Amino acid sequence: MNAPLSRAWDTLRQSRTRRLERAASLGLGKAVPAERIIDLLEAVIQPGDRVCLEGNNQKQADFLSESLAECDPARINHLSMVQSVLALPSHVDLFERGLASRLDFSFSGPQGARLARLVQEQRIEIGAIHTYLELFGRYFLDLTPNVALIAAQAADADGNLYLGPNTEDTPAIVEATAFKGGIVIAQVNERLDKLPRVDVPADWVDFTVLAPRPNYIEPLFTRDPAQITEVQVLMAMMAIKGIYAGYGVTRLNHGIGFDTAAIELLLPTYAADLGLKGKICTHWALNPHPTLIPAIESGFVQSVHSFGSEVGMEAYVAARSDVFFTGADGSMRSNRAFSQTAGLYACDMFIGSTLQMDLAGNSSTATLGRITGFGGAPNMGSDPHGRRHASPAWLKAGREAAGPNAIRGRKLVVQMVETFREHMAPVFVEELDAWQLQKVMGAELPPIMIYGDDVSHIVTEEGIANLLLCRTPAEREQAIRGVAGFTPVGMARDKAMVENLRDRGIVRRPEDLGIDPRMASRDLLAARSVKDLVRWSGGLYAPPSRFRNW
Amino acid sequence: MEKLDFSFPSQPAPCVANPALCGVVGSGNLEILVQAGAEPASCAVSIKTSARGFGETWRAVLGSFAASHAAGGTAIAINDMGATPAVVTLRLAQALADYQGGAQ
Repeated sequence: MNAPLSRAWDTLRQSRTRRLERAASLGLGKAVPAERIIDLLEAVIQPGDRVCLEGNNQKQADFLSESLAECDPARINHLSMVQSVLALPSHVDLFERGLASRLDFSFSGPQGARLARLVQEQRIEIGAIHTYLELFGRYFLDLTPNVALIAAQAADADGNLYLGPNTEDTPAIVEATAFKGGIVIAQVNERLDKLPRVDVPADWVDFTVLAPRPNYIEPLFTRDPAQITEVQVLMAMMAIKGIYAGYGVTRLNHGIGFDTAAIELLLPTYAADLGLKGKICTHWALNPHPTLIPAIESGFVQSVHSFGSEVGMEAYVAARSDVFFTGADGSMRSNRAFSQTAGLYACDMFIGSTLQMDLAGNSSTATLGRITGFGGAPNMGSDPHGRRHASPAWLKAGREAAGPNAIRGRKLVVQMVETFREHMAPVFVEELDAWQLQKVMGAELPPIMIYGDDVSHIVTEEGIANLLLCRTPAEREQAIRGVAGFTPVGMARDKAMVENLRDRGIVRRPEDLGIDPRMASRDLLAARSVKDLVRWSGGLYAPPSRFRNW
Repeated sequence: MEKLDFSFPSQPAPCVANPALCGVVGSGNLEILVQAGAEPASCAVSIKTSARGFGETWRAVLGSFAASHAAGGTAIAINDMGATPAVVTLRLAQALADYQGGAQ
């Protein structure tokens, strides 16, 4: 009897050992000097590796990214990059310099135009555009990194890491890499004898490097109340009265636009006057938005769990530990994977904005010439069929969608848009640019951010369309046209059918909600400037200089 | 700069404050002056706008306004700097309310 051919079952571990030996042979220990970072990267990264570069729309492992882009393409090439966000010029340099060839990601934001050009020149192969939680999931299945390049606030001599308020994606990345034979390299802002707390234990970390400057953090969630318009106040009044109060929404996530910032600033004023304090908006999956400060200070908000932190909010968050998640050291602990999970399964409502919406309610932020991706919106803006616990808002929405005998509830997924964007670009369109972009990208799917069948409500300056109550595709189309204002799509409405939908409460105008649009004044905003927010915070909020005009 | 003139039938409006001024000429915004006009059952509108080529959109926005409000007997002058229909509709309602004395 022949024994089966023996095979090695620990090739990943052997590979890891060889990589560490190469680094050791160059005299590189656990704490690597910044000037030797390229030696380290060239020693431990191999051609064809899958490399995770940490960076979200907030903190960025920018020193490691720039260093990787400076490596020799003759030694490191054909890398397959997995990363939440393609945000920095150096992220794209990797592809232009021939170090990397394939990309799986979630969001590209400011590099969207350069990315589209690389795709057209066939110099980059895009695996897929994901939502964050989906990408993290694949780190533990078929996209496990060989090497992870991460950002931490501080390291101690052993290599324990303190992540500070911007924990973000780090735990998910490190867990997937360190426990599957991978190499973890952390750039740190400082070396400390004793860390305020240990967020990543030293034996999950192979190398630390003190970066020449602190890692970049984008204040992405700061909205200046001075820029909120009366139309946004009007839409916020409609959303609060028609949806938040109508369903009793207590657990929710907000998008990052001015529309939802207006809602946050109406909670202590308009919503309080409606007697809604304690009845809506008590529990949040949300970054620490400065515009939420007045609602927190007014006692509206009981709890906030965050994906990341926000520049300038550190001291305020630390001083409000009943509301925010904080460590024993007092500082905030964020976690994108857990907050996205909360956004998926534990929130009754997601409300956000989009650049385009079609007549089936599909929405997309992709426009021609730019590949931007989605971030967390497809996750939070979807109705999870895996949910089993009930809440009044979830049950009411489910019964509106499927009748009184519905066997499940429904998440509220609300899109809040003005019918025209700047330069008179209509939001409502017959066909999304996403379809043309699909062709340009050679992708298998159009980059649709939120699918129409997940959308429950659309709020515009003209009114609210409740898509849950629509019974046919034709009703759905007319409900969307019925709030599409003076866009070509809106003007092509069937007026009689829209009036019928209005009689049935599927389309509701401001007057149907008891709202006089002339009362939509900026005076209703609890804060009308960044300085007002600082005042509300008792001086704890320290806005970045670009938001200060005093 | 484009100049547009329209006239729409509308229910007669009571006049309390003549003229009434609302809004400012700033990017994405507009200034509306409502004065007593010659025809009690029609609303005459003259527009100066920085955004060319939106005549049909103006016609639709103003026609809808004149049909849903009592704006007859007014002459409305608008200086526009690229306001969206949402802003135009809101400002028109505010300006007419001022003219009718119902402003708060």
